Amino acid sequence: MLAADLLVAQNIGFGLIALLMIVGALRVVTVNNVVHAALWLVVVLSGAAAQYLLLSAEFVAITQVLVYVGAVMVLFLFGTMLTRAKIGAEADLNNKNWAIGVPVALLMLGVMTWVLIDGFGDEKLPNPDQQVPVQALSDDIFGPYLLPFWALSFVLLVAVIGAIVLARKD
Amino acid sequence: MLASESALSVGWFLDHAWVIPIIPAVGFALIILFGRRLPMKGSEIGVLSMVSSLVLALGAAYQWIQRVDGASGEVAHGLVKSAEGHSAPYVGPIIHEWTWWQSGGFEFGIGQHIDGLALTLLVVVAFISTLVQIYSLEYLRGDRRYTHFFAALTLFSAGMLCMVLAPNMVQLILGWEIMGLCSFMLIGHWWEDQANARAALKAFFTVRVGDMGLLVGTGALFFGANQWTQEHLGVSGFNISGLSAWAMSGEASKSLLLWAAVALFIACIGKSGQFPLHTWLPDAMAGPTPVSSLLHSSTMVVAGVFLVARLYPVFWEGMKIGDTNINFIVLIGGITIVIAALLAFVQHDIKKVLAYSTVSQLGYMMMGLGAGAWLPAVFHIFTHAFFKACLFLAAGSVSHSGSHHSFDMKKDMGGLAKKMPITATTWIISTLALAGVFPLAGFFSKDEIIDNVGHNGYQAFMIVGLSGAFLTAAYMTRATYLTFFGEARGAAAGEHHDEHAAHDDHDAHADHGAHGAHDDHDSHASHGPHESPKLITVPLMILASLALVAGLANATPFGSNWERFKKYVEPSSEYVAVEAAVAHGPGEALSPVVVTAEEAEGEAKSGCSYEAPGAGEACYFPAVSHAEFKWSKAALSLIIVAAGLVSSWLFCVQYYTRRNRRLVGLTSRNAVLRGGYTFLWNKYYLDALYEKVIVRAVAHPIAAAAYWFNQNVLDGIVNGAAKISRRTAGWVYRNIDQRVVDGAVNGSGAAARGTGGALRPVQSGKVNQYGALLFAAAAIGALVLVIINT
Amino acid sequence: MLTVQFLLLGAVLFCIGVYGVLARKNAVMVLMSIELILNSVNLNLLAFSQRLDSIDGNTFALYVIAIAAAEVGVGLAMVLLIYRNRRSISLDELSDMKG
Repeated sequence: MLAADLLVAQNIGFGLIALLMIVGALRVVTVNNVVHAALWLVVVLSGAAAQYLLLSAEFVAITQVLVYVGAVMVLFLFGTMLTRAKIGAEADLNNKNWAIGVPVALLMLGVMTWVLIDGFGDEKLPNPDQQVPVQALSDDIFGPYLLPFWALSFVLLVAVIGAIVLARKD
Repeated sequence: MLASESALSVGWFLDHAWVIPIIPAVGFALIILFGRRLPMKGSEIGVLSMVSSLVLALGAAYQWIQRVDGASGEVAHGLVKSAEGHSAPYVGPIIHEWTWWQSGGFEFGIGQHIDGLALTLLVVVAFISTLVQIYSLEYLRGDRRYTHFFAALTLFSAGMLCMVLAPNMVQLILGWEIMGLCSFMLIGHWWEDQANARAALKAFFTVRVGDMGLLVGTGALFFGANQWTQEHLGVSGFNISGLSAWAMSGEASKSLLLWAAVALFIACIGKSGQFPLHTWLPDAMAGPTPVSSLLHSSTMVVAGVFLVARLYPVFWEGMKIGDTNINFIVLIGGITIVIAALLAFVQHDIKKVLAYSTVSQLGYMMMGLGAGAWLPAVFHIFTHAFFKACLFLAAGSVSHSGSHHSFDMKKDMGGLAKKMPITATTWIISTLALAGVFPLAGFFSKDEIIDNVGHNGYQAFMIVGLSGAFLTAAYMTRATYLTFFGEARGAAAGEHHDEHAAHDDHDAHADHGAHGAHDDHDSHASHGPHESPKLITVPLMILASLALVAGLANATPFGSNWERFKKYVEPSSEYVAVEAAVAHGPGEALSPVVVTAEEAEGEAKSGCSYEAPGAGEACYFPAVSHAEFKWSKAALSLIIVAAGLVSSWLFCVQYYTRRNRRLVGLTSRNAVLRGGYTFLWNKYYLDALYEKVIVRAVAHPIAAAAYWFNQNVLDGIVNGAAKISRRTAGWVYRNIDQRVVDGAVNGSGAAARGTGGALRPVQSGKVNQYGALLFAAAAIGALVLVIINT
Repeated sequence: MLTVQFLLLGAVLFCIGVYGVLARKNAVMVLMSIELILNSVNLNLLAFSQRLDSIDGNTFALYVIAIAAAEVGVGLAMVLLIYRNRRSISLDELSDMKG
């Protein structure tokens, strides 16, 4: 493997962000404070957006920041506020049989790691010479994948109405 | 051959057959939107749209006949001796397909696929729908949801016509599901009654179990065939003619074809009420009688049969029908014939007798298809539709005017022949047609099925078919006798005033104003049973006269000139050059390149489905062989039918009228007969199995259901056995028997309870635990797959 | 860069998300864990989009984001409803399905 192929800068960037994301994700599922967990989730999601940039998916990265880090997180914080008066550390956020989760997650991780390394080994990604053009993306959405787009619009509409119906006080 | 191309006429009706389902679809929208404000509450739109569909369908059928005739030229197809080989030109289907929607490079089409089979069904569906709608004008007069009823009926017709026309599996599924929805709405038409609502749900869910097979099978076929069809024919893997050609090409994976065929057949089992999913169909009789007549006897339930007939090459290759080994289809069909016919004997409800009869007849069609008797099976769809619709409508007429809305043959009928001569005559004609008496419609189709099943090497199933014919004759005689002959009982004897209160309590019709003009009705019902009004009897007479003559459409006994159905409906099994197909779409400009000899009886089989087509050629239909009609074979089945009719009649006279001491109460005196009767009365405990065991195992702890199963089913069987042995052996033997058997029963009960108890903690009700199980199972499953594949 | 590094990162995130779904008691936290899972899927989609030089992965990543937004909306509405009815959003107490 030639050093020139390795794109050192990107790899270092990837490693740092990946580390940050993994730590953040672990914090999300372990901290004893809902608001802190939400903030750690912001870290993970922003990291994901950065990884998307590395994968030359500019538009998706921006959408990720706008939708996830912006809107979804606000929604989470609202949900926390509306359901719990107390915003602070809480002792028992984990349920009693959390111990089952560890072996299950580790088992899945083991299987996936094995398959991925076995399947892709040290295959290199093509160099991201340019970001995905937004125009091509829109052609794809409004061309061959128009039907899923319609379905998606419908789902969003239903979700909006459903959320109102569910959460309405009557 | 190009000369004959020009002779292939494509008329306006054939070219625009896709309009046929659109008319009722539009009619449905109009009824829903404006029906209530119209003078006849929307029913006029329903009838009108069905009549126009019928006219278009008949026009298309006429032009199809012209097309086939034009193609044959002087050589009439039927005149050719089967052994000599014939040169009937290939008359392709008329296929139009437009892009309906596309996604990710896959196109989904909508359009029409018109050939003999599609046209047969189109005409039958449009015709019966028209008659049933006219009948319903009177039968449901004053109903609370009159408009809703006609809307659903019209939508159903649109769905069925859409399915019959379908050029691809997507449209077929669309029509199939519309029918399922309408079936649900119509069975539950009087949903205020718990039983009706439950029957509707049961029908919906049972059919849905099968529908999963349709989706799985369609998906499997698509992914198997898409590449081949795109390459060779330029159509997608959903296209029905493309799938047929692919299945016959010899390049398709055998195991894929087998599993796809099995999956699709499971859908057919659900829709066409085959064993073991037939249980929904008798319960579906909770719907209004016109619905039973249209959906649950003559049209919707043959959708499964139609699917097998439509994708016949897939089933032919997948199930290896060409071999004479027992296959899945013929087995299920055979079981269904006998099982349903036996159940028809213990029913008190006249509509349930007919429902089981329908299940049994559908079994005949399936058995025919499974044994390579394609044409007789399709012909049986055609004839069966007329006489079974007639029987149901006659039953409705009896309850409407004869038995005060009761369907109970034993309580409220009897001796109605004199009071309702038209209903009785049409009923008896249809009964004889159903039983297969020469020369009525059923004889020509049912006998052909039995004959061809034997001819194709399925001798065992020929015997099943013959015993089914005996049973059919017998149970229909029983129903006829109980309804129209003997002494009048209950409401038929004019006792309805005493029973009126009771009826109001339990009878759905009375409750929901099925006859809203109730006072009016009572006033004339008080004169006792009488003949139904014209709107009811005229459809009956039309259907009965068709039951008389429809068989002549393919009257094999009268020589090949009479085999019109064979000439116009059966697809030709020729090798077809596919270049033309790619250029124009199949059916547009096809010419057969090889003329195959139709093999005579006993000769080596050759032709499509036995030899793979060469390069640049395709087969669209397997070369099925036809049995030669022999009076000796027909005589046997006629004797069997006659025996069934006569013995059953004599039995009924002795049993129901003379109250012969030796016969009455036989089932309660003889343990074996009682066991059999109980077993039948409980419908082989299938309902109990489904509802009490399977449903409960999901909803309740497994232990309770398993324990129940032990208590009710096993105990019942075991106790029955114990009682018989008690009679035959002394008390010593009985003691041992009791101890052993009881021990076994208690042991299995305890074992089941133990298993349930062990599994109980799993059902903790905690989402996290369920999730843990789910993910762990997924991980282990993935691990197993990985290990297998490395 | 290697294909596998993105896929492995996705796998790690996915498993952490699964652990969160299994171990957390608070319904809001479970929803957050589900977001982790969805993001790991997106990472895979985009990695394969890059690897196969196809734009479809980007399209579907966008669809997943939109679906996730809808899911969070409905999910939180349900949590709110449960809270209003039971004064608690602990999943341990929601065991009506217990057999």
